Amino acid sequence: MKSDTITKYVLFISSLVVLLVSAGMVLSLVGDAVPVFEKFGWRFIISTDWNPTEGRESYGALPFIAGTISTSVLALLICLPMAFATSLFVAEYFRKTYVSSILGSMVDLLAGVPSIVYGLWGFYTLRPFIVSLGLDAQGYGIFTAGLILAIMIIPYATSISSEIIAMVPVELKEAAYSLGATRYEVIMYVVLPNARSGIVASFILAFGRALGETMAVTMLIGNTNIIPTGLFSTGNSMASVIANQFGEADGLKMSALIAIGLLLFVITGIINALGKMVIKRMSR
Amino acid sequence: MGQKNSVKMEAHKLKDNSAYRTLKDKVFLIGVIIVSVITISPIVLIIGKLVWEGVGQINFSFFTETTPSTFEAMTAVANNEVIPGGIVNGIMGTFLIVGMASLIAIPIGILIGLFLYENQQSRYAGLIRSLSDILQGVPSIVLGLISYLWVVKNVVQGYSALAGSVALAVMMLPLIIRSTEETMKMIPGTLKEAALALGVPYYKVIIRVLIPSGFSGLATGVLLAISRILGETAPLMLTTLGNPMINWDITAPTSAVPLLIWNFYNDPNMINLIWSSSLFLMGFVLTMNIISKRLVAKI
Repeated sequence: MKSDTITKYVLFISSLVVLLVSAGMVLSLVGDAVPVFEKFGWRFIISTDWNPTEGRESYGALPFIAGTISTSVLALLICLPMAFATSLFVAEYFRKTYVSSILGSMVDLLAGVPSIVYGLWGFYTLRPFIVSLGLDAQGYGIFTAGLILAIMIIPYATSISSEIIAMVPVELKEAAYSLGATRYEVIMYVVLPNARSGIVASFILAFGRALGETMAVTMLIGNTNIIPTGLFSTGNSMASVIANQFGEADGLKMSALIAIGLLLFVITGIINALGKMVIKRMSR
Repeated sequence: MGQKNSVKMEAHKLKDNSAYRTLKDKVFLIGVIIVSVITISPIVLIIGKLVWEGVGQINFSFFTETTPSTFEAMTAVANNEVIPGGIVNGIMGTFLIVGMASLIAIPIGILIGLFLYENQQSRYAGLIRSLSDILQGVPSIVLGLISYLWVVKNVVQGYSALAGSVALAVMMLPLIIRSTEETMKMIPGTLKEAALALGVPYYKVIIRVLIPSGFSGLATGVLLAISRILGETAPLMLTTLGNPMINWDITAPTSAVPLLIWNFYNDPNMINLIWSSSLFLMGFVLTMNIISKRLVAKI
């Protein structure tokens, strides 16, 4: 009897680790971001000035926020049709066939490729390809970074979408077929309306992934501290400015980088919570 | 009479439509197939590129020697030779950092998973579950920042393998919690009840019944979590820094394979080494992945 109580306590105490880690994370990010917010206030978020010169220091995160949002949104737009087609391929057209299991595991492999390998491939294969297409002289920028991000998040969007699509009741589809509907019509008028919120949630979660990706974006975005002006403009994202400038940072600059980390934490937290909420509402 | 006519017309319209509808159906199917094939082409291109460029650099010394200096690499490239040396400092560093992260995250993660399984309905467990979901979504670079603030600044007072392990352990934790809880839910409740009815104390039920019967599920979760953190670069850049020598001291800067790839990428003389190192890392991650998928298939 006594040992059971001890076991229960051990389990309970271990669960406190999650609480402590989460609370500690927020506290230390906020604590170390305070100096920069004290000095610049809201200007830190809306200013485009990033000047680490001693004495004239001025930090604004807007270019990085813009870079993160634009690459991630672009990634989401590119990922949409691809993940959608792939999940229809796996979960509807070729369901439970050999072909679909091969295609499915290849998409899963995409999730296993380390971010830095994506960066290398993007730098040595994708970038020259974009240059040779004549789209851009250097090949760095929002478009290249968004494209590689799209490839990186496809497996996340596909795995949830295809699960949801496979869950649509067969009776509903058969009813539509018996009325003479073609497969396309079954997909458009029966499968999609039933799977809609799950598919939306999968894209929200994939978007959350894209926001925080570091290495591949750092290697391809061009790393200039400006608000991107077009599809092929260079820029900088929140994660990549931290990765690039962390080594030489101290004092106020360190605080500015941590504040950017805090913003990134909050933004991804909101996006993920939104995705989880949609999934929860659906399963109810 | 007029109504009958209009019905006829409607029927006529539908019949006329069917060729168009089947065509649309076919076009859509072809579109889905083409886009799906485009979607999986990057993985083929990436692996192909890694093998094509990387195999030439892989030799015995690649796994037994530490990274060459820039000067050695430059001389070798100038003489059209294979760059001497290897990445053993990175391989050992990866083992040290990932091993320590696993030692921290696996036991705690399994205990928390068991706690959530035991308290399915409680509100507190729901809070822990949501927090763990949020932790899973935190970008790895932010975890690097956190570990820098906690370990580098306050515990070790310098870049260290331990700091990297803490960042990676926080990354593993939610994955292991989730997989443990899901695995436990799949074990028939009667097994646990039978053991409890025999008067077995609860900790023995966990060790002798729950963990053995859920072993393959737990192992899958652990392997997937490890394969997720193996290739992480960003958090290690902020915490372990890198080291040209083999290091086993957890309070000293340590290298790791992904960090070495980043160093090689930034050093024009070492460019040839990036492909072989990436090939090695990728092969390692994929092997882990495939083993864990095999385990799932066995259940």
